[in-house]
Amino acid sequence: MPVAAKPALKKPADTMSSQGIASKKASKGAKGKTPRGKDMDDMSEMGEVGDEWMQQKTMVKPDDQLELTEQEMKEEFTRILTANNPHAPQNIVRFSFKEKVFKQVASVDQLAIHFSLDGNMLHKDSDEARRQMARGGLAEAPSEPAVAEGEEKAEAAGEGGEGEAKPEGEGGEAEKEEGATQTAPAAKGGDKKLTNQFNFSERASQTFNNPYRERGTQTEPPPRVNFSSTANQWEIYDAYVEDIQRQEKSKEKKGFRGQQESTNRKKISAIESQGDDITRIEKPAKILERMVNQNTYDDIAQDFKYWEDVSDEYREQEGTLLPLWKFSYEKSKRLAVTSICWDPKYRDLLAVGHGSYDFLKQTRGLICLYSLKNPSFPEFIYNTETGVMCLDIHPAYPHLVAVGFYDGSVGVFSLTEKIQEPMYKCTAKGGKHTDPVWEVKWQKDDLDNNMNFFSIGGDGRVVSWTLVKNELLCTDVILLKLDESPADGAEGTQLFTLGCGTAFDFHKQTDYLFLVGTEEGKIHKCSKAYSSQFLDTFDAHHMAVHSVRWNTFHPKIFLSCSADWTVKIWEHTSNMPLFTFDLGSSVGDVAWAPYSSTVFAAVTSDGKVHVFDLNVNKYEALCEQVVVTKKKTKLTHIEFNPNYPMIIVGDDRGYVTSLKLSPNLRKMPKEKKGVEAAKGPEVEIAKMDKLLSLVREPPAEKK
Amino acid sequence: MSEVEEMLKRIQGHKGVIGIIVVNSEGIPIRTTLDNSTTVQYAGLIHNLSNKARSVVRDIDPQNDLTFLRIRSKKHEIMVAPDKEYILICIQNPSDN
Repeated sequence: MPVAAKPALKKPADTMSSQGIASKKASKGAKGKTPRGKDMDDMSEMGEVGDEWMQQKTMVKPDDQLELTEQEMKEEFTRILTANNPHAPQNIVRFSFKEKVFKQVASVDQLAIHFSLDGNMLHKDSDEARRQMARGGLAEAPSEPAVAEGEEKAEAAGEGGEGEAKPEGEGGEAEKEEGATQTAPAAKGGDKKLTNQFNFSERASQTFNNPYRERGTQTEPPPRVNFSSTANQWEIYDAYVEDIQRQEKSKEKKGFRGQQESTNRKKISAIESQGDDITRIEKPAKILERMVNQNTYDDIAQDFKYWEDVSDEYREQEGTLLPLWKFSYEKSKRLAVTSICWDPKYRDLLAVGHGSYDFLKQTRGLICLYSLKNPSFPEFIYNTETGVMCLDIHPAYPHLVAVGFYDGSVGVFSLTEKIQEPMYKCTAKGGKHTDPVWEVKWQKDDLDNNMNFFSIGGDGRVVSWTLVKNELLCTDVILLKLDESPADGAEGTQLFTLGCGTAFDFHKQTDYLFLVGTEEGKIHKCSKAYSSQFLDTFDAHHMAVHSVRWNTFHPKIFLSCSADWTVKIWEHTSNMPLFTFDLGSSVGDVAWAPYSSTVFAAVTSDGKVHVFDLNVNKYEALCEQVVVTKKKTKLTHIEFNPNYPMIIVGDDRGYVTSLKLSPNLRKMPKEKKGVEAAKGPEVEIAKMDKLLSLVREPPAEKK
Repeated sequence: MSEVEEMLKRIQGHKGVIGIIVVNSEGIPIRTTLDNSTTVQYAGLIHNLSNKARSVVRDIDPQNDLTFLRIRSKKHEIMVAPDKEYILICIQNPSDN
């Protein structure tokens, strides 16, 4: 074995480096030996001695050693050595010139070198060694290994007997250079060194070095997508809003119920999203429809906003009405307009009730809500089985519409619910009227904050309806008892003891006070507090009263109209009318203007609108204008818009026409006089009072 | 027929209305009353314009949003009602009344 001249491990302390290898061996010096060699020599030669020596050995314990029980001693602790170097970097990236990108190096070298020392030994076959050998005068180098080999075998056998776990190969490598001749002196030298009592031994072994292997694989690069985007302010804002919403949702989700609800919602939304796509564009479609209408009716809109009748300047006591939009719906064309009402909150929205005033031709009913922004089609449509006779929109909750029907029932529709049925409806046993309901009116919420409204029916009852949860509770407020006196000619052969209410109106300031008009032509002044008797009764008309209205400003004045062709203005403290106007035809409805205490308008069944301003002319209408296109069309109802100088009139063919009042019809008295314009209810009341003082005297004189 | 379809039909029935196009968020027309080439042209161009207009409004105030856009031209008026997912385009000839 000529190659194994150099020991793998060597004590650095050994100083034989300066000597030639050959000379070291030859000189049998203890220095020349490797530590391992020394060990083995010890073992082989001192086998018996070692045993003796071991027996004599006493255990030396440090004072502070832990005393462990036997169980604790038996306890096993598992320690696992891993091949991974904890300090090895995980993420080495190298630039690949082939692909022109930085690539991560997959396999990291786990080898950690804790100690390394460059030896200063020479291979004996190398030139330098030979030179040294030549210098040292040792010639017989090749012969030596042969000798060493033989001896080493013997030695290995001896070691096996001693139980030393010593691989043969190693021995062959490490010790073959040491001849048997050297072992004895080496052992002696070792003896000298072993001076400590712990039987110091040093061992070393050379294991096979696993050959290094490098392996590289080229994987397919993961798919890449180029993405670029610009984020602007509102995208960032949207992202934040979304995040806030998500956070709120996650808060809500706490608790099992919340989770269930949210899953339900998700399901619902999933179902919705699966539905017809086109339904989701309802809102933009609505806007679009209004815009198209705006273009189509552009001239009317311009008139509504800007047109003023110039000719008014040249005539003092006359005014005109300019027709604006005409509202109709094909299903409503044969149904008379039985009631119209402006929405108190949305100033462009109006509700129209359709039914029939003809006793023999009762069919279905219809409620349409139109917006001025879309005159061609109703915003809301509700079909009813019986004719609608009256309706009213709640002043505080503008989505609630109270409706009275021909069959005597009442109901409440909610515009926010997307259902055709009324939200509340009274049933036959719920105390409904037995004759048509002629008028309904919302009242202030009662003491329990329940919404309530009043209705008057042809059966002579005034009923208060309260909305409690899902029910309508009714209370009779007053019964319209007829006078006992048989002299009531208007009644004729009627057997009913109750009168027949047709209209009512509640006092603007005094909550409990209200007026009831009857088919017999009487007007009763009633109070909510007294259900048994009337505060006062006016023998107002000879035929059915169609409407009674308190003045918008003056607390004592009211207006009534009747089928006997007359409109009368009353002071509620006096039994005699202040004014009487004969309009030449049955008067369907009257209404006070919201802007003046002296202006009112009436519609008659010959298709005319009459507008009066008592302050300008106490005897004649300022305007008397036919507004229907076809003859024989009867006008049924009229209403002033609370904000705009506009009235709407309904006719018995189902059309609702809006008309603009010319400047003369809405003239303020102060403006006429050239004094600075004073406004407000006080001024209006004063204006009316002034008028009254003029009118009160003549009747007194007549008396 | 759904309420929206009725509404679209009503709009189409108005005087001067030349056509209605419903465009989805990707600019693809999903419903139209015009011929194919006109529709595609309008849809593509208006979609871009509406997005740009919306971006302008929202860049100025992120809480604001575009609700309607009308383009008055010599011949027509193009009305655009953008929604989250769809854009409604209506071409009307207002002088036709």
